[in-house]
Amino acid sequence: MMPREVAIVAFAQAPTVRRSDQLSEVELLMPVLHDVLGQVGLRAGEIGFTCSGSSDYLAGRAFSFTMALDGVGAWPPISESHVEMDGAWALYEAWVALLTGQADTALVYAYGKSSPGSVRDVLTRQLDPYYVAPLWPDSVSLAALQAQALIDAGHTDERELAGIAARSRTAAEANPSAQLVGSAPPDVLLAEEYVVQPLRRHDCPPVGDGAAAVVLAAGDTALDLCPRPAWIHGIDHRVEAHSLGVRDLTDSPSTRLAAEHAGLFEAPVDTAELHAPFTSQEVVLRRALGLDEEVAVNPSGGALAANPVMAAGLIRLGEAAAAVHRGESQRAVAHATSGPCLQQNLVAVLEAR
Amino acid sequence: MPEVLSAPLVVEFPFTRSLGPVQSAFLTGLRERTLLGVRASDGRILMPPVEYDPVTAEELRDLVEVAGTGTVTTWAWNPHPRPGQPLTAPFAWVLVRLDGADTALLHALDARGPEEVSSGTRVRVRWAAERRGAITDIVCFERLDEGGRPDGHADSQGKKSRQSDNRPERPRATTPHTGRFDGDPVTGIVTAARLDYTYTSGRAQSRFLTALTGRRIIGERCPDCRKTYVPPRGACPTCGVATDEQVEVGPRGTVTTYCVVNVKARNLDIEVPYVYAHIALDGADLGLHARIGGIPYDQVRMGLRVEAVWVDDDRLAPTLASVDHFRPTGEPDADYDTYKELL
Repeated sequence: MMPREVAIVAFAQAPTVRRSDQLSEVELLMPVLHDVLGQVGLRAGEIGFTCSGSSDYLAGRAFSFTMALDGVGAWPPISESHVEMDGAWALYEAWVALLTGQADTALVYAYGKSSPGSVRDVLTRQLDPYYVAPLWPDSVSLAALQAQALIDAGHTDERELAGIAARSRTAAEANPSAQLVGSAPPDVLLAEEYVVQPLRRHDCPPVGDGAAAVVLAAGDTALDLCPRPAWIHGIDHRVEAHSLGVRDLTDSPSTRLAAEHAGLFEAPVDTAELHAPFTSQEVVLRRALGLDEEVAVNPSGGALAANPVMAAGLIRLGEAAAAVHRGESQRAVAHATSGPCLQQNLVAVLEAR
Repeated sequence: MPEVLSAPLVVEFPFTRSLGPVQSAFLTGLRERTLLGVRASDGRILMPPVEYDPVTAEELRDLVEVAGTGTVTTWAWNPHPRPGQPLTAPFAWVLVRLDGADTALLHALDARGPEEVSSGTRVRVRWAAERRGAITDIVCFERLDEGGRPDGHADSQGKKSRQSDNRPERPRATTPHTGRFDGDPVTGIVTAARLDYTYTSGRAQSRFLTALTGRRIIGERCPDCRKTYVPPRGACPTCGVATDEQVEVGPRGTVTTYCVVNVKARNLDIEVPYVYAHIALDGADLGLHARIGGIPYDQVRMGLRVEAVWVDDDRLAPTLASVDHFRPTGEPDADYDTYKELL
């Protein structure tokens, strides 16, 4: 049997904002769902499979993902699933459903509303509960440990990190959905105080509320729905040991392995959308993926410009797909991460045909 | 439209986990000021120890004792400690490879400033005076001076680190260990978890809750299927569209179904038995839950016509508790066909 070809045929996102007090999660999400379904002219009931990614811990609302489903229109009952992960992993589940012929189309969405809580503290609750979580090490502190290891190993320095921040937020000036747009030059950034040394504010992602959605379609259906589908050449995701002290924080073997399985190294890419919430993590990912200066890295601004937790990874896949849709990319790589210090990584290779 | 309502929300729970044999030995060891690692399939000593090999997933059981001294492998200066973190004064997060171990442990290092810390800094464990078998039995690490002694600088509470273990430090050596100690083994952990939020209710729920303070019940109508939802959540779950048309419903309605409550709820000053009912307010297409009063519990029935009884003016608030209960109106019972879709 010939394997099916699956493509991302539509992408929509909400502008990421620092606070969305006026909106419940479903109110935040609904316009994005209408946008993405409108692009392909489908109603929720015509979609074969729906899968979402979110975390109730962000806003402290139990079963918020079932409330969010109100925005889909799930009656009569639809075929539906949810992952308590970034929406990139929901996309993976939907991709598998389409590959195996369970459905011809899929709606994938994700949202994150971090503003009601303190995301630095909330994320400590995903850590090893025996040896790590009782110490409440926040997400910036853990990223700082990784950044220092990179500096000690000679892989980067604070000036290069400031350059990554400035480049990302300058690129975001062209992205209407970005939250943090424009940047002072690196020299000015380097005069700022540390948040957790060696990371300064510019090295960290903005905290924001946002949502995103994509539509997947298989075979001829994709061609019917989109003039230039972003065909998924491959996706894989891999996880590293959960104990930080066991890992080499300067490398990401899980990213490299996922990229190999996704077929990244079979041909060059022109565009990379990397989910690197901290500047130092872009250094790790570039090395793991073997990206050279020819590749446009995070033309959207990346997670340094907008990082709605649980949606930021899906947005990387959506931005890469949108670059293919627009004819700006022939072959793109998209990456999503989860957990502390790039613990778990998903890599997708998207192509125009 | 009214302002969006907000309120503090605390999610708090004692996170309770049982331990595997390796974790149990490690945490019992901490209580006894003994540091136990585990030998991995490739011979490395993992510290902190895990139950399964991180590469091969084989079960690991060979415990070894490692030293209370070690070397910083990476660090991060934390100038603004957050609630729950090991020290309240500025400190360095560190990964420490203890002497005799091949992997590193995450903890805090007490130091006066970032200039005192680097990768390669020699450190030792500062034990808590009272230990219970938890990672926090290690208060933090402290720096060793050139001669392998603590530098004795004041800890975060301003006291000298007098509770430190002053036994001579052993060189890089690992000793097999049974994992057994005097006293009961530690078999579980309880970690207090508390997260503070500011809950905001969004547009639709804020309109609903604010209207209650004026003794009005506001639903929202779907522009597609024309159903009116009470309480409104901002979206029609059938059509997946925003419900932004406000409709006043009630205050009268029909009991569609009910139950008799015989168990007294904690913190609820209502005599049992009482009736809790699903009420279809006039004009609403979704039932609301409420208590029925003003009628003996065994006379409540499907189709009973009821109306809202509001609390006194000074107790009106943006909460459903502003409706104290529903009582019979005295109207004839509603015909089954008028509410059967709302069951």
